[in-house]
Formats: sequence, structure tokens, C-alpha cells
Amino acid sequence: MSHEAESKLPTKFWGGGRSPFNLEYGKLMMWIFLLSDAFTFSGLLIAYGSTRYSFPAAENHASIPFGSHIEMEELHQYFTPSTPGAELAPGVQPHWPSPELVFNHFPFLHGHHLPLLFVSLMTFILIFSSVTMVLAVEAGHRNDRKTVAKFMYWTIAGGIAFLSCQAWEWTQFITAGANLKDNPFGPVAFADLFFIVTGFHGFHVLSGVVLNIVITSNVLKGTYEKRGHYDMVEKVGLYWHFVDLVWVFVFTFYYLI
Amino acid sequence: MSNVASETMHHDEHEHHEQSFISKYIFSMDHKMISKQFLITGLIMGLIGMTMSVLFRMQLAWPDKSFPIFDTLFGRWSTDGHINPDFYMALVTMHGTIMVFFVLTAGLSGTFSNLLIPYQVGCRDMASPFLNMLSYWFFFASSVILMSSLFVQTGPASGGWTVYPPLSALPKAMPGSGLGMTLWLVSMIFFIGSSLLGGINYVVTILNMRTHGLTMTRLPLTMWAFFFTAVLGILSFPVLLSGSLLLVFDRSFGTSFYLSEIFIDGHALTNAGGSPILWQHLFWFLGHPEVYIIILPALGITSEVVATNSRKPIFGYKAMIGSIMGIAGVSFFVWGHHMFVTGMNPLFGSVFMFITFLVAIPSAVKTFNYLATMWRGNIRFTPAMLFGVGLVSLFVTGGLTGIFLGNAALDIPLHDSYFVVAHFHIVMGSSAIFGLLCGVYHWFPRMYGRMMNPQLGYLHFWLSLIGVYMVFFPMHFMGLGGVPRRYYAFTAWDQFAIWNDMNEFITIGAIIGSFAQLIFLYNFVSSIFFGKKSVQNPWGSNTLEWTAPVEQIHGNWPGEVPKVYRWPYDYSRPDAVEDFVPQNVPDDVVPVEWAGDPHGAASAHNEVSSSDAKSESVVHFSWFKKLGMRLGVL
Repeated sequence: MSHEAESKLPTKFWGGGRSPFNLEYGKLMMWIFLLSDAFTFSGLLIAYGSTRYSFPAAENHASIPFGSHIEMEELHQYFTPSTPGAELAPGVQPHWPSPELVFNHFPFLHGHHLPLLFVSLMTFILIFSSVTMVLAVEAGHRNDRKTVAKFMYWTIAGGIAFLSCQAWEWTQFITAGANLKDNPFGPVAFADLFFIVTGFHGFHVLSGVVLNIVITSNVLKGTYEKRGHYDMVEKVGLYWHFVDLVWVFVFTFYYLI
Repeated sequence: MSNVASETMHHDEHEHHEQSFISKYIFSMDHKMISKQFLITGLIMGLIGMTMSVLFRMQLAWPDKSFPIFDTLFGRWSTDGHINPDFYMALVTMHGTIMVFFVLTAGLSGTFSNLLIPYQVGCRDMASPFLNMLSYWFFFASSVILMSSLFVQTGPASGGWTVYPPLSALPKAMPGSGLGMTLWLVSMIFFIGSSLLGGINYVVTILNMRTHGLTMTRLPLTMWAFFFTAVLGILSFPVLLSGSLLLVFDRSFGTSFYLSEIFIDGHALTNAGGSPILWQHLFWFLGHPEVYIIILPALGITSEVVATNSRKPIFGYKAMIGSIMGIAGVSFFVWGHHMFVTGMNPLFGSVFMFITFLVAIPSAVKTFNYLATMWRGNIRFTPAMLFGVGLVSLFVTGGLTGIFLGNAALDIPLHDSYFVVAHFHIVMGSSAIFGLLCGVYHWFPRMYGRMMNPQLGYLHFWLSLIGVYMVFFPMHFMGLGGVPRRYYAFTAWDQFAIWNDMNEFITIGAIIGSFAQLIFLYNFVSSIFFGKKSVQNPWGSNTLEWTAPVEQIHGNWPGEVPKVYRWPYDYSRPDAVEDFVPQNVPDDVVPVEWAGDPHGAASAHNEVSSSDAKSESVVHFSWFKKLGMRLGVL
């Protein structure tokens, strides 16, 4: 059948014979996988929400000036620890701690009250790595191998930096006495959910970094140059942006609200 | 876009090359082989699940009788010919898990999505054959892990297929909460992986790989049903994944997501702050779409089989699509009706109740469309058609009790009674099994190139139908009489003594129904090897899978993939010679001056086909003519 006759078949995109979204199937698969993964994270965030709001919110705490010097002991009055041995005063209900009092540390600036400064830096790093990913994808459209590789390096570096920050923050939280069974800052569910939700997200970032490394090595080998297109970079790019987007939700729900 | 072209092209480059036994039969990437793998694994799991049900039904019906076979089969899980209560619960749990997930999800949707999607959308294989293969092997691993839990010291999971905490979250709660429960969760995580890989493939193949001329509204209803089944799986299974993840942490790492203030033997556990209701929400957010994941493929198969065997266009094609969409959409907002007794806010309950009632609308549309399709049709009662009609019957019977149970005021007294057991076994258990069997009888020639024995098929159908109604119909009355489900024996309550005879009757029904499935298995296995050789299009069907040669080849069609010129339901057109016009027949081969079919008429004159396509189709058509003669035999 000639091409002329084919073009007269009834509909265009949805008429069969070509992809309705002008996407090759792999990219569509990635979109659908991400949709599915979004539901996995939603499940965890809903578990977080329902657990969190079964506890009363933190009492109004005295406003501590940003950057002022403060020791952990001074903050204890704002927490209802669930560490065994640390009995609550009679009549005191355990309440959900205020994240800005829990996460107020910054490397090399111990003892200063810097609420959420570190996690903001992490967020900035991750979002910035998404920007470099966009630039890599854009360079891929121009079949510019060197630029793709350059921005992939930056993206990988961003991912590793984020994971390192997360490791520091976990260490900080754990050395303060928090783990899956104890939490000096409030209900143990606070620590449990912190480890699960950020851990599951961190696992995604780690997988993303591994994927990025694999793809970058293919870029360097010239696999995609031979193939004539950098669709694989675009696919891991989609994944990377998704991981970034999920972090925005985790950050908002866990730290900001 | 050149990318798009190159990606679609590479599926067309197929050539015959010798494959080793392993790459052809074991780690096959061919959708046809994978569908057989799904079917056979599903049937084996089904046989195991069915045997379990017969055994625990025997224990339930004759609690005083001693059956030495229990000792033989279950060893120390049985004493003096009686199944131990713990193991009875384990059998019930395993029966539910196997049937819901392994037979009716993977066995049904896995088999027919794999077989039919590439054939009916006219492409060489799935979008990603490799992920498709992984999907099967994840499913296989998951089945093996679940079965292995039968052999651990503390026995398999025994807290019911919904694995509610705290029984599932505390490893020491009861024997089945130990290693068996862990294996259940691991198995389920593999299963979710399988379902995700399969589902993504199905959706992308249907959207992306349709052949020329196959618009979405020319897809057979099977495709629509499998499409939405896959969408439901993709969106609901991940929530079970997150729920299971939290459960694994509760079980193994001391967290308290689902646990709060628990006492065991008078000792308080340290768990605090969690809620077992949270699991129920996460579970049923999967669990309710899951029952539609089970029933939608069965309904899709029935649509195709009923239209083909009534020799009439399906009644209300677009209404059917709408109702599939409606069922799929509504399914995400009704999970709360499984939880009316959790003490939810009555307003919340009313909302769930209202949305649940909405399900009745698309379900009724489908039922009426089946009836209207059959109405004054030239019906051929092949075994597949009988099972299709049987499905409609069961769907109506079970659907009506759904209206009872969707109502919170009635559900609260009926909850966890045999009424619920009767309802879901009829509406989604048996009816989906009928859909599965309907599909196997109908597409067996496509899968194995041979016909199944129709006489044994009729016997199988009638015994199954009688068996199902014997087993599940009386359960409604038991439920209304207050008999609770998941009880080992009712001997301790005088008020339940009146149901003893009924229990025996039900078990006899179960034995009859199971015997019928053995006939089916015999028919299935012997037909694979000795069945009558099939012709290319034995049922005179319009869809594309019957335009491929009987012997299955890599890439499905020799030469070009067929092009599509019409919808799949051109049966009994008064202007056509045959009573069916396959989708790949161009309009200028069949005269189309017939106002009855909007699809054919609308596109009739816009389509131009070149002369070589025309002659090709004429050859096809005379092929069908010869086959049509054979139909008289059927």
C-alpha cells in the first residue's frame, strides 16, 4: 500500500499506525511507571498524614531568634519524648514535635538555632540537579555529546551531594537518640515516618544516581550518538524530575507544615 | 519524528531464527508463550486453591467425622483425621490469596492480556517483550514463595487474605503470623512487581502500537477491558506496596505504624501511636480496584464471545466502553464500604455508600447490553458461549446482593457473615472464573492450534453452574441467619445446629463443582496434544487474531501486519455474503450501503485502498468463506 493511501486512513494520532502522543513506547512507559510510583509515595504520605493528625500539634513555642545560640537541653521543654525511661509528666499528652525545632542544625555551626536551613540547602541542591538534567536533555536534542556528558556529571554530582546531606541529617537525628523504637523529640511515629519516607525517597535518588551513571557511561561510549537520538537521557531525566518533585512534597509535608 | 518511526519499525524486522529450548519455552519473550506460561501457572495455582477449599469444606461440613486423607496430606497439621484449627485458618487464607491474586489476577488478566493485546491491536509483540518476560518470572517467583510458606514450621499466613494487623503485624500473635506471614508479604511484593511490569506494557501496547486504521473506537471490547484493568493495577497496587512496606517494618523492625496499646497474655507491648485501621484503608484502596481488576477482563472476554456467538454486533458498543470506564473510575472511591464497621464517621460512610451504589449503573448497562446482544441473535451455544452466559447469570445474582452489602445499615449486621462470602464468591469469584473458562474455550484454538472437546465442555459447564449455585446460594440464608465466616466449627453453638445439613449440602456442591474442573483440566491437557486440528478462524470471528496463521509464528503475521478498516462487530450485515466481516476487510470489497452501522458508514467513502491491498484482502475473504462452511459442523 502506498504512503499516499495510508495517509488517507481515517484519523491521525489515534488512528493507529503511529503513537498518539508522538512518543516512542519507552518514554510512555516511563511516564506510566512514574504515575504508579506517585501512588506509592502517596500511600506513604497518606499514612504519614493520618498518623500525624492522630496526635495533637505542638504547643505554641517561644520564638527563638534565628541563629541564636541554643543547646538541645533547652529545647526539651517543647518535646514529649517517647524514649523508654523518659516518663511524661502526669496529664501530658504526647504531641507531634515542631520540625523546625528538631531539624535546626547545620554542619560546623553546632549550637545555633538554624531551623530548616540545612534541609533547604538539600532541596536547593536537588532542584539544581534537575536544572542540570534539563540542560543535558536539551543538549541531547542537539546531539551535542560533550555537553550532555558535562551536565550529566553535574546531575550525578548533585544527586550524590543530596544523598550525602541526607546521610548527615540522618546521622544527626540518630545521634540525638532517634531510631525506629525511640524518639527523644516526640511520638516514635515521628521518627519512624521520617526514616521510612525520607529513606524511600533516598532509595529513589540512589537508584536515579545509578541510572544516571549508567546512561552517562553510554553517552561517553557514544551509544546514543550512533543511535542518532538521546531518548534514554530524556527518560532518566523524567525519572530524575519525578524524584525531585516527590521531594518537594516530602519537604512540604514533613518539614514545612 | 524520526525517533518514533525507528522505534516502531524495529518490531517489524522479524526473521525466523532457531531458538534454544530455554529461550523458546522458559525465558521466552514471545507474548504467545508468555500467555501460555501465565495460563498454566494460573491453572496449577487454581487447582491448588480449589483443592484447599474442598478440604476445608469437608472439615466444616463433617466436624465429627475423621478423614484419614487429612493426616496423609497435612501431617502434623492434622490430628486423627481432623484439620487443626490453626491450619484450617491457614487454608482459608491461602485459598483466598491464591484465588484472588494468583488465579484471577495473574491467571486471567496475565493470560489474556498477553495473548490478545498484540494480536488484537495488530502488532508483532508487546511494547517491551523483555519486561513482559520479567513480569511472568516475577509472578512465578511470587507463586513459588507463596507455596513455600506451606512448608515452614509455623505454617502459612492464617489471618485471612486481607492480612489485617495486629495478627499480621505481630509475629508472635499466632502460628501463621510468623515466617508464613513474612513469606506472604515477600510474595506479594514480587506479585506487585509483576503486575506493574505487565500493566505498563499492556497500556503502552494498546495506546502506542495499534495498526493502521485501528482507532480507539474500533478496538474490540476485550482491549478496552484489559486497558482499564491494567490502569487499575498500575494505580492501585503501588498503594498496597507502601502498605506492605510499613507492615514489614512493623513486623521486623519494631515500628508501630499499625499497632497501638496491645496486650498479649496480660503483658503490654511497647507499641504506641499506630492504627490498624490505617492498614485497612491502604489495603482496600488496592482491594476494591482489585476486584474490578478481576472482573473487567472477564467482562471483556464475555463481550467478545457473546457478540461472536450471537452473530450480532455488540449492543451499545460505546455504552460498553463508557461502563468499563465508569466502573474503573468509581472503583477508586468505594473502598470504605469494606470498612463500615470500623467506626467511621457516618457522613463518610454515607458518601462511600452513595458512590458504591453508583457502581450498579455501569454494571446494569453491561448486563442489559449482553442481553440485548443475544436478543434475537443467531446464537451458537459453544462451550465458551455457555460460560459467557453463565457469567452474566452469576454477575446478576451476585450484583444484586452487592446492593444489600453496599448499604451501611445492612452491611453492619451482615458484615463478616456467610452473606458476604456468598456475595463475593458469586459476583467476582465464580463469575470471573467463568470468564476465564469462557476465554480458554474460545481462544484455545488460537493458543494451541487445536479444538477442545465440546461435549466435555458442556458437561463441565453444567456441572460448574450447578456446583456454584449449590455452594453459594444457600450461603445467603446462612448469612442472614447470622452464621459468621472464618469459623472452624459451629458445634459449640446450638443456634447454628440447624445449618448442619446445609453445610453438608454445600460441601457436596463444592465436590461436584471441583470434579467438573477436573473434567476441564483433562479436556485442556488432552486437547493440547490430541485435540481436533483447528482451522484459522473457527468461530467466524472478526478480530485480528484470527487473521494470523494457525501455527504461531514469531511476529504473529507473515509479511505485513493487517490494516484495519472497520470496527470488530460487523456480524450478520445484510449486505455481506458471510455473516461476519473481519476487521481487515476493506470497504470496497464488501458493499457498505447499510445505515445500520455508523462506524462502517461514516468511514466508508473516505477510505481509499490501493489495488494490491484489495486483492490481498479478497484472498483472505475467500479463505474465510471456506472456513464458514466448517462452521456448520459446530
